[in-house]
Amino acid sequence: MQRSTNASATPIMTVDASTVRHIARLARIAVSDAEVEALAPELNNILGWVEQLQEVDVSGVEPMTAVIPNALRLRDDVVTDGGIREDVLANAPVAEHGFFAVPKVIE
Amino acid sequence: MSGLTDLGIAAIRDGVRGGDFSAREVAEAFDAAVERGRALNAFTVETPEIALAAADAADKARASGDLKPLSGVPLGIKDLFATKGVQTTAGSRILEGFEPVYESTVSGNLLAAGAGMLGKLNMDEFAMGSSNETSAWGPVLSPWRRNDGGNAALTPGGSSGGSASAVAARLAPGVTGTDTGGSIRQPAAFVGITGIKPTYGRCSRWGMVAFASSLDQAGPMARDVRDCAIMLEAMAGFDPKDSTSLELPVPAWEANLSSDIRGKRIGIPKEYRIDGVPAEIDEVWERGIAWMRDAGAEIVEVSLPHTKYALPTYYIIAPAEASSNLARYDGVRYGRRVAPQNGNLTDMYEATRAAGFGAEVKRRIMIGTYVLSAGFYDAYFNQAQKVRALIARDFERAFAEVDLLLTPTAPSAAFGLGEKSDDPIAMYLNDVFAVPASLAGLPAISVPAGLNAEGLPLGLQLIGRALDEQSVLNAALAFEERAGFTARPEAWW
Repeated sequence: MQRSTNASATPIMTVDASTVRHIARLARIAVSDAEVEALAPELNNILGWVEQLQEVDVSGVEPMTAVIPNALRLRDDVVTDGGIREDVLANAPVAEHGFFAVPKVIE
Repeated sequence: MSGLTDLGIAAIRDGVRGGDFSAREVAEAFDAAVERGRALNAFTVETPEIALAAADAADKARASGDLKPLSGVPLGIKDLFATKGVQTTAGSRILEGFEPVYESTVSGNLLAAGAGMLGKLNMDEFAMGSSNETSAWGPVLSPWRRNDGGNAALTPGGSSGGSASAVAARLAPGVTGTDTGGSIRQPAAFVGITGIKPTYGRCSRWGMVAFASSLDQAGPMARDVRDCAIMLEAMAGFDPKDSTSLELPVPAWEANLSSDIRGKRIGIPKEYRIDGVPAEIDEVWERGIAWMRDAGAEIVEVSLPHTKYALPTYYIIAPAEASSNLARYDGVRYGRRVAPQNGNLTDMYEATRAAGFGAEVKRRIMIGTYVLSAGFYDAYFNQAQKVRALIARDFERAFAEVDLLLTPTAPSAAFGLGEKSDDPIAMYLNDVFAVPASLAGLPAISVPAGLNAEGLPLGLQLIGRALDEQSVLNAALAFEERAGFTARPEAWW
């Protein structure tokens, strides 16, 4: 299949290695140098491909927020759940004394 | 009684009700088929005892005259649905060993309707894929092979690949799937079965592992239209636990099934004729158009001018939502944890997510993080949400003229494992015909239309107005009657 691309549009930005490291940091995913090397062109390909959206005239169009019109419901402000600490902790990789346990945060 | 696995949902339900066989015999037959079918890698967990327990309950219910809508019907459940006490991984290593303490609304609805569970079905990791090759538990094999005498392993499609293979190979009479951008319809087409994605909001997303919340929707996959109608009725319904669940009664889709579609207007979107799509896709589309004409429908050409922007729109919105949804996998509350020696909390997050997520999931999280990051939000995400509104408007305008749309489901028949896995965008193009209806939240079904020259199934898609699943199912039934699709893969597994 042919890809529709928009060669004439100016790219918003090109993703380089330092940008990949920055995004990975924001996403909290550790990446090796080799992965950064591989990811930069992959992300550029995908971002270059989605860039064709810039050519669409969207003047006067509101961004979609719900595909099917549906008002958010309100419920009574009462406790409807709780008292299930063991259930909540049941799948924790490490739980101690009724809490989730994590590496020390404050030295 | 291996003949029992040849029966679909309606036949099993009616046979148990009529006393032609017991629910236990059915469950035993499918449990055995699941075990024999292990070479397909369709199941991640087998739960024969749960299927048997439900069957025994069904046999008791029959004796006491207390049968439920799905009593005696064993089903497969996609591993995206949280199942109480049964490992739920969404195809990801990061959820290895996760045993939910609750049941998803959709699987719970099915169990409450009397159905049994044969096991959890393999899938692309977090439903991100179109070939089931991104699963942490290995790809699912399609039961189909090309008729060239070779044994090339083919994909059943994705992300509901295990679901598709299980039904096509007669390991289950029906299964749940989920569809974010084609994940029910494309695999259904690849293996010659029927699958419907209902209107967004019909099925509760509560307890469904989230990928892209504004798009994710559950639906049934089964051998025919009636079976899909039966299952969808049991799955759907208002759920206060999902804020996007539609507060509407569930229509009696099965009782109202009718293949009389005389006078219906069916649109053929001209923008779905895309360069580079193999001729066999156009041919099967023309055959489908002729069948709809034969059924008394009026065929009308329509235009959906923003179609070409649907895929790029999807590949901004879906990764953006995924990057947000998947932030929850932090190694703290559930799933895997990788904590480097003497590392701090951030090191733990980063190591956990690096080890737990596969390449495609990381790629999409990174794309999503990028398009949502400071300075790019308007250019990418907001622009995509505006184009999405235009895509939905295209459909609205078309549905002012026609009742349904008929299109191909996928741009090709099933491809071989490894053929597209090194090119993300080539893989994304699989969903070119499926994604627009997802972006607009519309009900859409894939029905088998025939075999190509290589002996592989091809499917066509019917898209309907929001909430009009009945018209979609009825037209699909008329289609099914004319297609007369009875081909099935020869058992090699």
